[in-house]
Amino acid sequence: MTSSNPATDYTLAEICITAAAETWRNDGEVFGNGFGPVPRIAAALAKLTVNPDLLLTEGEAFLVSEPVPVGPRKGYAPKICGWMPYAKVFDLVYGGKRHAMTGPVQIDRYGQTNISFIGNADKPKAALLGVRGFPGNTISHANSMWAPSHDKRTFVEGEVDMVAGAGYNPARFKDGRRGDKVDLRLIVSNLAVMDFGGKDRAIRVVSLHPGISFAQVQDNTGFPLEGKDTCTETPVPTEEQLRLIREVIDPHDVRATTFKDNPHGDARRRENA
Amino acid sequence: MKEYAVSKNKVTTVSDIAAQIKDGMTIGIGGWGGRRKPMAVVRELLRSPVKDLTVVSYGGMDVSLLAASGKIKCLVYGFVSHDVIPMDQAFRQARQGGAFEFREIDEGMLQWGLRAAAMDLPFLPTRAGIGTDVETLNPWIKTVRSPYDDGELLMAMPALNLDVTIIHVNEADAQGHTAILGPDPFFDDMFCRAAKKSFATCEKLVDTSAFNDPMKARLMPIERSVITGVAEAPLGAHPTSCGPDYGIDVKHISAYTKRCAAKEFDAYRDEFLTKETHDAYITSVGGADHIRALSLPVF
Repeated sequence: MTSSNPATDYTLAEICITAAAETWRNDGEVFGNGFGPVPRIAAALAKLTVNPDLLLTEGEAFLVSEPVPVGPRKGYAPKICGWMPYAKVFDLVYGGKRHAMTGPVQIDRYGQTNISFIGNADKPKAALLGVRGFPGNTISHANSMWAPSHDKRTFVEGEVDMVAGAGYNPARFKDGRRGDKVDLRLIVSNLAVMDFGGKDRAIRVVSLHPGISFAQVQDNTGFPLEGKDTCTETPVPTEEQLRLIREVIDPHDVRATTFKDNPHGDARRRENA
Repeated sequence: MKEYAVSKNKVTTVSDIAAQIKDGMTIGIGGWGGRRKPMAVVRELLRSPVKDLTVVSYGGMDVSLLAASGKIKCLVYGFVSHDVIPMDQAFRQARQGGAFEFREIDEGMLQWGLRAAAMDLPFLPTRAGIGTDVETLNPWIKTVRSPYDDGELLMAMPALNLDVTIIHVNEADAQGHTAILGPDPFFDDMFCRAAKKSFATCEKLVDTSAFNDPMKARLMPIERSVITGVAEAPLGAHPTSCGPDYGIDVKHISAYTKRCAAKEFDAYRDEFLTKETHDAYITSVGGADHIRALSLPVF
């Protein structure tokens, strides 16, 4: 039996997944990439529900016709339908038919993102991975963000320490630089869903996760947020969405490790609330 | 049937390949992160007095060991990671201490720099980097304006001309034909074309007739004219993976990164990097059967 009824028992990780899946809804035939368990499960859920046309890989170099379950495969063989080595990914990136959701370490008011280092460039306080493909991705195709700890360390007050991913910052797109190529979609955090629909592409709260107030989100963000009067409540996962997440995409419950103690998705129903 | 063999026999040894790399050279290293790194040659470099290298790599254990051993003068990279273990500690410490010059660029810009070198062009234009701090922190990369009506300002990614490239493949023959049987050839072809000399170590040296198969021939992206030498080094990518032959040694790399985090790289070096031969190294990390049994990474 399938059901589109809202579920009553769902975790924070699960409502973040269903919220994140929405980001690929209207994309049609693009290459969808979710980096990290929640974005990856979300992309798989999007393919199984709102956008069956999405192109997904098994995580390495092959396109698959059905999303690969996350975690141990236990005999599951990916249903391969094409080849997507990195060289081809890069070619596709520049063409723009891709929508990635990544987990930046820092995000600023312009949607600029950082995974390179914290501190200054010469002797950073913390060296991270390096810019990876962020510069090329953010100037070429649609990007969304996953922020599992919504606080002022992630949503920083000024600019991010190193702009690895480009954002809607006009000061960095002068003299013939194509700022119009930047296409930022959703930010899903542990508190809310945001987009760039504010004035001059300012970050706006679209919906608050159940039991979260706008003030809570604002207090944990290093810059002013829009959407105070227009934001709604993040839709609760349906029973069918939960079945797909729990039984098909993530049968080993990898998502349970996203947040400490795997809390309920409604803040009012957490024991320590 | 008459055999039409080319005149060159390119078979050499791991130590002879390493000996081609001299102080101050710019070297390219194939593979990607935790996958198919030419580690036998890298370990040989660590035991040699060579220094002041400029290293171009999609970095993993190769960059980590070279950095920890003080071999690097300049690193051109988009990331350093072991994939399944995202953060490398030796790189982190070197980066935080400003141990050498770090030229951090987009992964695609790196490919573009190799491609420009391969095509003997001064640069290739790209939008990657525009509007980010890759633009502001890399003054060695200039911008270029489109000469057409659009007038767009683009990054002019300069050619990454390499002195020597080292790669590791599954199969090679004495003529320099190479086959990469794993799922992704990465950018090994571009690394080889961008270099004055390129060397491939391989899991297995085979007869040229082993490539007489149209499906396998599609797994041979590198033309032999850019390969100077080949050497057999079975399990030569360890502890990185070399699909389909063996997976990544997660336990080994995990123990390594923990030691680096505890500033105990010297103990790791003494245990694993001082072996006189590749075979002795393989024995020290658990033997060939252990490595062949490592499961392929699942992403």
